[in-house]
Amino acid sequence: MSTYNKSMALTGEPPRSLSIGQKIAVLLGLSGLGILLLAVFNTSFPNKTLWLTLSLSAIGIGTIWFSWDAYSQKIPGIKNDGVWFRSISSRGLWGWVAGLALTGFYIVLYFYPEYLGLVSDGENKGVIGLFDPLSKFLNGNPASQWFVYGTLYTVAILAFGIKFIWKYRHNRYERLRTWSVMFFQTAFAFIIPELMARLNGHKILDGGSLPYYDLKNIWPLNYYNFEGYRIKMFLSSGEIGFAFLIFGILSIFVITPILTYKYGKRWYCSWVCGCGGLAETAGDSFRQLSDKSTFAWKVERWVVHSVVVFVTLMTTAVIYSYLGTDTSKYWLTKSSFLIGVAVLLTLVFGWAMIFKRDQLQKDAKYGAIGYFVIIIALIGFHFFSGEGEVFLFKSGTLRKSYSFLIGSIFSGVIGTGFYPIFGSRVWCRFGCPMAAILGFQQKLFSRFRITTNGGQCISCGNCSTYCEMGIDVRAYAQKGENIVRASCVGCGICSAVCPRGVLKLENGPLEGRIDSNQVLLGNDVDLMNLVNKK
Amino acid sequence: MEHIVIIGNGIAGVTAARHIRKLSDKKITIVSAESEYFFSRTALMYVYMGHMKFEHTQPYENHFWKKNRIDLVRGYVTKVNTKEKSLHIDGAPDLNYDKLIIATGSKPNKFGWPGQDLDGVQGLYSKQDLDLLEENAPNNKVCKRAVIVGGGLIGIELAEMLRTRDIPVTFLVREPSFWNNILPNRDSEMINEHIREHHIDLRLGVSLKEIHPDENGRVKSVTLAGTGEEIDCNLVGLTAGVTPNIDFLKDSGIELGRGVKVNRFLETNVEDVYAIGDCAEQQEAIGNRRAVEAVWYTGRMMGETLAQTICGNRMEYKPGHWFNSAKFLDIEYQTYGWVFPEPRKKESETHFHWRHPKEKRCITIAFDNDSETVLGINTFGIRLRHEVFDRWLSEKRTVDFVMEHLRDASFDPEFYKNFESDIVSKYNADFGKSINLKKKNLKRIFKIA
Repeated sequence: MSTYNKSMALTGEPPRSLSIGQKIAVLLGLSGLGILLLAVFNTSFPNKTLWLTLSLSAIGIGTIWFSWDAYSQKIPGIKNDGVWFRSISSRGLWGWVAGLALTGFYIVLYFYPEYLGLVSDGENKGVIGLFDPLSKFLNGNPASQWFVYGTLYTVAILAFGIKFIWKYRHNRYERLRTWSVMFFQTAFAFIIPELMARLNGHKILDGGSLPYYDLKNIWPLNYYNFEGYRIKMFLSSGEIGFAFLIFGILSIFVITPILTYKYGKRWYCSWVCGCGGLAETAGDSFRQLSDKSTFAWKVERWVVHSVVVFVTLMTTAVIYSYLGTDTSKYWLTKSSFLIGVAVLLTLVFGWAMIFKRDQLQKDAKYGAIGYFVIIIALIGFHFFSGEGEVFLFKSGTLRKSYSFLIGSIFSGVIGTGFYPIFGSRVWCRFGCPMAAILGFQQKLFSRFRITTNGGQCISCGNCSTYCEMGIDVRAYAQKGENIVRASCVGCGICSAVCPRGVLKLENGPLEGRIDSNQVLLGNDVDLMNLVNKK
Repeated sequence: MEHIVIIGNGIAGVTAARHIRKLSDKKITIVSAESEYFFSRTALMYVYMGHMKFEHTQPYENHFWKKNRIDLVRGYVTKVNTKEKSLHIDGAPDLNYDKLIIATGSKPNKFGWPGQDLDGVQGLYSKQDLDLLEENAPNNKVCKRAVIVGGGLIGIELAEMLRTRDIPVTFLVREPSFWNNILPNRDSEMINEHIREHHIDLRLGVSLKEIHPDENGRVKSVTLAGTGEEIDCNLVGLTAGVTPNIDFLKDSGIELGRGVKVNRFLETNVEDVYAIGDCAEQQEAIGNRRAVEAVWYTGRMMGETLAQTICGNRMEYKPGHWFNSAKFLDIEYQTYGWVFPEPRKKESETHFHWRHPKEKRCITIAFDNDSETVLGINTFGIRLRHEVFDRWLSEKRTVDFVMEHLRDASFDPEFYKNFESDIVSKYNADFGKSINLKKKNLKRIFKIA
């Protein structure tokens, strides 16, 4: 039996210990966090700008220094030595401590921001107060808990992004992808919306105000994008506001389908998205913790698609609630909107059931039929019951439940807080409705696949182990079958860790995209013809 | 119901079982002394390195076997009685079979070195070997130096494993260059450099003479043949190849050579007894292949083929073009067709070689002098598409054709820097040709009209 013990070292490679440089780097990073923690307990810092700069620099430099020390002296290649020996990355004590700390942070962030020092009518205190100068510098207003979160989020993606780039410096796909998520987080999620806030009230917006809008955050991930208050703000802001609104609609109905057809959902999930960005950088050390069992896959399919149904119902109800009934005032009314939704859903459902039914598993068909009947029944119910509440519930109730259950608990507390326990993509895999919609298309109508290289697989299991989405990649590769899975975000790590060059992410013709074989390439040609005849 | 019993739960036996299940309703039993469930032997190294846990090396979930009605018996077969068609198993009740498949794999070679059975001297093949290695070399305090004997694929894996725990390694290779009974000199030379780059003390052309014990019967040091140099060490890894694991068949009446002798139908001399995988020895050679091929892929292919025979479609074992792959520390290696090293190369076989000026990448293509037909290719640090190269070998393409279409064969990840144009210009310079490299073409690659 194995005699090694899990080390208590945070990041050492037992029996290797941390170098002196790494120890100092850890100390530096922790001191940066320490400043933030002191601020939480209302230590008053004389010069907030200086101390915030010190804190964020210490966190960033600490992380980068640590990574430099870890990778710079090594020959480029796969760097997974000791991953399962380290307590932090193998669900050991430190993993649980980190998981609890992160979860606690999210609970405070979402539900008790006053403990972070948020003061709604007056000067912020605590750690939010510490961020006031930066917030005022960027958008002109005092900080909120979301500004603090956004800043830390961006620092994490940048610092751990650099770590990731060094770790995979032999792999150009990984380097480019990481630069991309770092760019989209910094520019689109962080700086542009903050600067845009300065334009509010300006004459180029006709004196109106734009809602806070991260342009790459697409509905339904951005589940509130079409809510009444945001529509009002878009429409109040002249042509620019209108253009943003149109862009939001085109994003999901036009841009997304085209890009997903051409490149698979990776163009979004592992190149652009902020949730994906954090998972790929700060979450990289936890990717191996995802559950690969077929049971987990089954849970995933039911849960993530239920979230899609939930967000569709919720958004429909919310939009319905603020639309009028008089066609002479505005062409889009409650009724025409509902009919539009019903037609769109029927088209998608009909297309999948008629043209793609042989690619759907049995439970997928049952699920789709069940959910389709429910939605159409609810919409029908509206027309038969006269003008009542759509979907039996008040739109406000749906909206609040979604925001609490999915927006906060699922994506934040569980999705990120449990990184060290369930792996880095729990939200993306089980919860994200955007990922589910892109995945639906990726599975049925996309050029993207992971090609399996003939008969070269040795079933070692590196690909499955390091798949953050919990796909049992090996199950396909060892059959010589290409991997075409709805959940694959195209991070490319399976291909990177494969010791035999078996996997390649690529966009190719739809014909023969899956290419399943019973007998693998390399064997008798007659036998292959006999067994593989379709 | 016919009862098929398979001895050995490695890739060969398990593949046979899976395919028999697909084709039939027969009762299937797999007997293994090594492990409860099938695991990927090639992945054991990653468990020691901490890349994976042992359960990750198991390609099927534990419920798979019951669901597919494949019975698993844990025990060591000590005797095969072919007259009564029964097995005597240490650790489990006796079994009767209607058809028997022997798929017991290999065991590490030992060449009678003095001290080869001391504590701290081991091979690396089985799960038990891995567990033993955790005891013998858990870290560099217990194991201050390891000596590895035998410059093949397992030797370099063992060296890589030990280096992840900062254990100093002396690597004894009998040949003048690493694995150059298989690799041409220039390919092998690059691997030598890479081994040294990883701070492994590589000793070429050096053999082991003797292993010395300390007062407790554990290994203390080794002496080298020739120089007589003594090297202190706490672990000796014997990785000089493997040999079929067939001792338990000695008195069974089944004809044995180095391995279990089989004909082209994988049948032994005894009716209803078959052998596949590492432990099978072909009576007649198949092309350039060796009589005993201890390779993952051939084990799997024999399993695929034998399942047909067992299920009523008697089929000859006719493997297609040779292919193989390995990873030497950070360098991936793939090969398709035959590229022979200099001593075994025919006069008519010419090699084209390209090597990257800085990075550890190279490629060697073997072709026939007269017809210019490509015989095979070795690539290091470059991935090739199996399907495309296999097709070119079947179509007996010339080296000019291969050069011209080299981009179609690339399997490196997207955005990788490609070296095809460097390779082709070197080819043009070496052989006075003027080949123009064609663009990558998806229609050609995927054979779409």
